[in-house]
Amino acid sequence: MRNVRKLLGRGGFYSLVGGFAFFGAFPFYWMMIATFKRDHDLFRPENNPFIFNEPPTLDHLRLLLFDTHYLQYLLNTFWIGMAVVLITLIAAVPAAYSLARWARGWGETLGIGIFLTYLVPPTILFIPLSRFASALGLQESLWSLILIYPTFTIPFCTWLLMGFFKSIPRDIEEQAMIDGLSRFGAMTRVVLPLGISGILTVVVFAFTLSMHEFIYALTFISVSVKKTISIGVPTELVRGDVFQWGPLMAGALLASIPVAVIYTFFLDRFISGFTMGAVK
Amino acid sequence: MIAPAILYVVAMIGVPFILALMYSLSDATTGEPNFRFVGLRNFGAALADPVFRLSLKNTFFFALVSQTLVIILSRVVATALMKEFHGKWLARFLIMLPWTAPIALGTIGWLWMLDSIFSPFDWVLRRLGLLGTPNALLGPMQNLYWLGQPALAMFSVVLVHVWRLLPLATVIQMAGLSSIPRDLLEAAEVDGASPLRRTFEITIPLTLPIISIAFLFGLVFTFTDVTVVYVLTRGGPIHSTQVLSTWTFFKGIEGGDLAQGAAISLFLFPVLAGVASLMLRMARKSEVV
Repeated sequence: MRNVRKLLGRGGFYSLVGGFAFFGAFPFYWMMIATFKRDHDLFRPENNPFIFNEPPTLDHLRLLLFDTHYLQYLLNTFWIGMAVVLITLIAAVPAAYSLARWARGWGETLGIGIFLTYLVPPTILFIPLSRFASALGLQESLWSLILIYPTFTIPFCTWLLMGFFKSIPRDIEEQAMIDGLSRFGAMTRVVLPLGISGILTVVVFAFTLSMHEFIYALTFISVSVKKTISIGVPTELVRGDVFQWGPLMAGALLASIPVAVIYTFFLDRFISGFTMGAVK
Repeated sequence: MIAPAILYVVAMIGVPFILALMYSLSDATTGEPNFRFVGLRNFGAALADPVFRLSLKNTFFFALVSQTLVIILSRVVATALMKEFHGKWLARFLIMLPWTAPIALGTIGWLWMLDSIFSPFDWVLRRLGLLGTPNALLGPMQNLYWLGQPALAMFSVVLVHVWRLLPLATVIQMAGLSSIPRDLLEAAEVDGASPLRRTFEITIPLTLPIISIAFLFGLVFTFTDVTVVYVLTRGGPIHSTQVLSTWTFFKGIEGGDLAQGAAISLFLFPVLAGVASLMLRMARKSEVV
């Protein structure tokens, strides 16, 4: 009797977890199926949509890679991401370090202030920023996005890094300063190497946040070859009422896989980073 | 050393914010972006517009419903993922997937799943006999037209938004759960408290600040996000899923009416400021930030 109940409990647990896993992953399975399905198979309402009713094909992938600007979108996204990461690190690392070490009073207030700016919505900012971009002659330029994306990566990453730096004991750099290093030297030669996991987390985050961004890119870029994948795929592959579903799904899937893999490696680090930030 | 960060934030957030305030009080358009002060006319015009009122209502419905669901579900998932079990790595990977894909691309996947003719949901429903026969429970049509009917379109938008925010909320909840001292739970278990009682009397009260932060954060995010609605429905059918953020875009950028757009975008600001200050209070309590 007891064993039966235990078995039922376990069955319930696994179906619960399985259900959520299915909910999370099904759209990606759906993208994969459409990526390799022949059009003839794809556009028949009576065909079983979950399997290949006809042998798979690489046609959609070929079309995506050679007949659209997809590779250009990937390249644009990559360059923007790299530049944003660089700017974010230059601003966020020193800010987070000094805020973490300036724990009471002003440091705390400033830290909260910087984090709060993360909450100012792009909806309010994109109209004035689009005027900015046109005044600076940056319309239709990747530079407009490179300039704007740090507005959300800097607050978020500063806050995240503060948690990491707080977890490094003060004594370590005090020791280094007694041994003759300056405050800056202690930061770069002693504290940063210890905080490297936090910095890597921030790199991944700044990069993916800028890869995910949608509304600014939609507002500022309308020339096809300048688009990022986030807006290139939904706006260029959907022409009026014509949806090229195969290539569309291929485009969505290809861009999702690498990030998913990187995230899996960083998830534990991120959870512990979050916990450190949250509970010190 | 904080100077670069602060300069950036002031120049790229502070200044545009003030500009947005100024635009909302002017009659600027894309063609003629000069300031001419017109008082509160734009706000009055927005309020008089039935589409605006509908999108205000939709915004609150969309945000409150989706975030309530996200908090409840993420709690369940986080509790499950804190346990050790076979295949945990795989389960966690699959559950976290929606968060890793760029949102617009994930939503494109859903767009195809909610297709008016080729939706796999409709296919399953037809196979089960719930759709497409004269006496079927869901009606005799071959398809439900997920994004073509107001109520179903709103349901779809909420569903996709929940799908996409669930992983982040789960991570936050896991962080909260792992911060509870283990001996406290063990002591309660030794004292004979049931799992349900432990949940309601220990874990939920202790993680309440983090839960509220996750909720408020999601709320702010949902109030201001355009991606899901823009990609799935563009606010349709007949504005039934129009929210303030998409309406700002259509009016202010596509329609070129900078002043109206700015005014619409600012309507939520008092709400957002309120939510942010609540978050701050919660954060102080739990010592986040």
